[in-house]
Amino acid sequence: MFIINCPYCGERDHQEFKAGGEAHIERPKQPTELSDDEWAEYLFMRKNIKGVQFERWNHAHGCRKWFNMVRDTSNDQIILTYKMGEKPPAQ
Amino acid sequence: MTNDLRVKSSEFIDETVRISFKFNRKTYYGFKGDTLGSALLANNVHLVGRSFKYHRPRGIMTAGSEEPNAIVQISNGTDRTEPNVRATEVEIYEGLEASSQNCWPSVDFDIGGINNAISAFLPAGFYYKTFMWPASFWEKYEYFIRHSAGLGKSPTEKDPDVYDHRYVHCDVLVVGAGISGILAAKNAAKNNLKTLLVDEKNELGGSTIYQNREFNKIENQSSSDWLKKEIQELRNIENLEIKTRTSIAAFHGYNYLLARENLTDHLEKKDKQGKIRQRLLKIRAKKVILATGALERPLIFNNNDRPGIMLSSAVKKYADFYGVVSGKKNIFFTNNDSAYESAFCLHNKGIKVEAIIDIRESSNSKIVKAVEEAGIKIYWSSTIVDTTGYKRLNSVSVMKLSNDGLSVTGNKMNISCDCLGVAGGWTPAVHLFTQSGGKLTFDENNKVFLPDKYPSEQLSVGSCNGDFEIKEILKNLSTNLKDFLKIDKTDFENINVESEEETSKRNIWLLPSDKPIGKTKPFVDYQNDATAKDIKLALREGFRSIEHVKRYTTTGMGTDQGKLGNMHALGIIADTAGVKMGELGTTTFRPPYTPLTFGTIVGRNVGEYFDVFRRTPMNDCHINHKAEFENVGQWKRPWYYPINGETMHQAVQRESIAARESAGILDASTLGKIDIQGSDASEFLNRVYTNAWSKLGIGKCRYGLMLNEDGMVYDDGVTTRLGGNHYLMTTTTGGAANVLGKLEDYLQTEWPELDVYLTSVTDHYATASICGPNSKKILNKIIPDLDLSEENFPHMSFKEAQIGNIKCRIMRISFTGEHSYEINVQANYGKALWEKCMEAGKEFNITPYGTETMHLLRAEKGFIIVGQDTDGTMTPIDLQMDWVVSKKKYDFIGKRSLYRSDTMKEDRKQLVGLVTDDPNIVLEEGSQIVSELNQSPVNMLGHVTSSYYSPNLKKSIALAVVRGGKNMMGKKLFIPMENKTINVTITNSVFFDEENKRLNA
Repeated sequence: MFIINCPYCGERDHQEFKAGGEAHIERPKQPTELSDDEWAEYLFMRKNIKGVQFERWNHAHGCRKWFNMVRDTSNDQIILTYKMGEKPPAQ
Repeated sequence: MTNDLRVKSSEFIDETVRISFKFNRKTYYGFKGDTLGSALLANNVHLVGRSFKYHRPRGIMTAGSEEPNAIVQISNGTDRTEPNVRATEVEIYEGLEASSQNCWPSVDFDIGGINNAISAFLPAGFYYKTFMWPASFWEKYEYFIRHSAGLGKSPTEKDPDVYDHRYVHCDVLVVGAGISGILAAKNAAKNNLKTLLVDEKNELGGSTIYQNREFNKIENQSSSDWLKKEIQELRNIENLEIKTRTSIAAFHGYNYLLARENLTDHLEKKDKQGKIRQRLLKIRAKKVILATGALERPLIFNNNDRPGIMLSSAVKKYADFYGVVSGKKNIFFTNNDSAYESAFCLHNKGIKVEAIIDIRESSNSKIVKAVEEAGIKIYWSSTIVDTTGYKRLNSVSVMKLSNDGLSVTGNKMNISCDCLGVAGGWTPAVHLFTQSGGKLTFDENNKVFLPDKYPSEQLSVGSCNGDFEIKEILKNLSTNLKDFLKIDKTDFENINVESEEETSKRNIWLLPSDKPIGKTKPFVDYQNDATAKDIKLALREGFRSIEHVKRYTTTGMGTDQGKLGNMHALGIIADTAGVKMGELGTTTFRPPYTPLTFGTIVGRNVGEYFDVFRRTPMNDCHINHKAEFENVGQWKRPWYYPINGETMHQAVQRESIAARESAGILDASTLGKIDIQGSDASEFLNRVYTNAWSKLGIGKCRYGLMLNEDGMVYDDGVTTRLGGNHYLMTTTTGGAANVLGKLEDYLQTEWPELDVYLTSVTDHYATASICGPNSKKILNKIIPDLDLSEENFPHMSFKEAQIGNIKCRIMRISFTGEHSYEINVQANYGKALWEKCMEAGKEFNITPYGTETMHLLRAEKGFIIVGQDTDGTMTPIDLQMDWVVSKKKYDFIGKRSLYRSDTMKEDRKQLVGLVTDDPNIVLEEGSQIVSELNQSPVNMLGHVTSSYYSPNLKKSIALAVVRGGKNMMGKKLFIPMENKTINVTITNSVFFDEENKRLNA
């Protein structure tokens, strides 16, 4: 039942958005150089924190832009949203 | 009408409008303003239902939405019937018919009442313990358990009413229109805040509006008179909207609330017609003020459930508000002062109050003194140990309480009565607060849970926040409102209020009896027949968590969600287990607060509006061809086109032969289409598809396979290079939206440096695909000036052309293995295109075919369907599609995963063809494949993914995924079915025209 502040459109109902998992996991530039373990780390391992978590969201039924969100998963409070490519705020 | 149970006329009841209604087929009369509950009491009907488990006679206990007993079936036997409706909430109307539930043959004589006599054999967990063994008997038990389960009867007819949904936005939502809610709403609205005030009742004013407590005065008037003037003022305030008969069902995060507004339930049948019955309000409020009040608690004592035993506050409300006397010989049983208000009110109306039984040692308050002076007998330090009267209370037995409150002493005294008002204190209605995520704290002194930490911009005021006396309520309300709404002053902060504070309290969760607890029935949850004895049994059997005890004993699991008895259940558990209530916590309060109808939940989304669907521009043509449709994603696609009563099988066989022998036509408009432009478009395709794209010539088409990063096949389709920096990608019908989302994801987050723009153009084009040996002739008839020679327009290429004035894009691509063309026109010309093709194809008997024939034809060619032959665990290597995976490209989505140890295993499930030894047996899709029969456990090798009878090959064919199947060509395997075993042989997955000669025929 969130109201999400899309960095491009402003506040919108959560029904317009899709969640996209943990944020700030960069796709390796040279995947072939990686060992199976290193690739698996990128591919499968996600934190799923109870507490403050960095997430990716997509304004799927709006501007279609992906952006980042800082959310406390324990009480669903959205602390911040910011554009892709912007640096995550200090913890 | 015998009217000796009506007292002086109440201003809330219009005695000039007499209303007739039926209860259990008997006609009664009431007045405008009555609820079913008050009207029944006025007719001296207390027995209205039977309890769930023991079928004990039960009467009306409350005067509100917390009612556990008086739940009835409305309009039984009609299409408007509704079960489990609280008689205390139903406003009567002419023609209302209600009946008792959970009794047979009648509420007066109920066969199920035998359960009461054998109740000693029906303890908590009876079903769990009894119907365990032998396991094979469960099916027999189930029939009887199902038969005895449930209360009312669901409607069997289609709901004739219309329901609605509406979004509401406001600055301040005030829930509850008692004195706190009214003052909060008024002060919010007057300070330019857009305010919505809702209340579940049809009148504003809560309990203050009718109950004049003797020693409460506001501005030297009775509190009700003062509040009436406030309500008058409300009507003239801008910014304030008031909704009565509106109950909040759910309070979600971010101040999102759902409310049910009841619009016609109180109207007689002729006035209901053509109107919206109930409306679900979806409210977004910047701030929420909860003024939900408090619910009176009963006391838990032996046989505390007989008809005639009511909450003390309900007795008072029936007398004050409805002008109805619940009994002629009244007794009150209490642990606090509020029962004295009820007793004094009856006394003043000339109704006999026999006695007040008070578990406290004394009280010095003015109201107690007043009652004493009126000559009403008070038994201090006493408790009721038993009651008698099967269908109506006729006496109570009273004994002295010991000092510790754990036992009784002295002589037992019987007092005859027909109504017992019980007052066990007040429980703040914190349900909505906790639903929203609020955390409670336990107030040891008052034995109540109170709001502690607010999760959103909200405020609890009045008695739901633990303020029970009017002076305290108004003082705290003013202070908290100013802070919460950021306003300088309230219009009631300086008024003169007098009220009395409660002087003494004594709380005993379970009152003792002279009998051992095993021989008593102290009900905690009336509706589900859970007693204190059951709770103690659960604790003895080792249950500790409150959530477990709740489920084991079913305490609080009825339609009333235990609004009356949950606190006692917690108290008894805490006392018995020796823990503090604050540490024990509460069970979870879940929405809805009161039950919602399904109609309200779904609103207008019924019938054809149940789900969103999409139709292609050629839809009318398919209807003219009598197509049967199937759902593909949101699309309605033609499935097959039966002629003259053909079965699906017959139609598909005919369509398949026509497509291969002469010409077929398919509506391919639903395929996802993504327009890709930008100087890096080729590089982008290189990264998202497994094969290479840089060298694709302009005007050429190429098949592409898209993987997930884990290497598993995600989507496929043909992409055409329209220009140097311009491509048109097609996706599967069902995957279009997700593919676009995924591509955008990579573009925006991983490769923002690429100059690429994506646009969904699925809806912009209509596509007709014509195939078969005569397709070339048909296209030539439609566009005579287009050179269709192999040199000019070969397979896997693209041309732009004109059909008359209509521009079209034509791709020569094939999903059937036949020579074929996909013709795309602007969507609004789709129908014209289809008709043109049909007309030109007439001499070749062009045959429209649907998705089923398309699936069959592609299966003959061994072409996969993503989502049917793949399930998110298949790599392109598993599909034996190595040819589409570039070895040269450094990277593409999913490439690295193809070299993981797991994806390189030899014995992964791989796609193969299967033929049955008996060519007439068609396998069932999903059948399991084994290599050994009579093995235990059976080693399952894989399963059938696609299976058809091929009319062109005159035999059954199938695709399957089989462990290590790649190296098992010619191997004989088995498919065990329920009654037989089918012998199959693994083959190549291309069954038809392996050399692709027909593509260029």
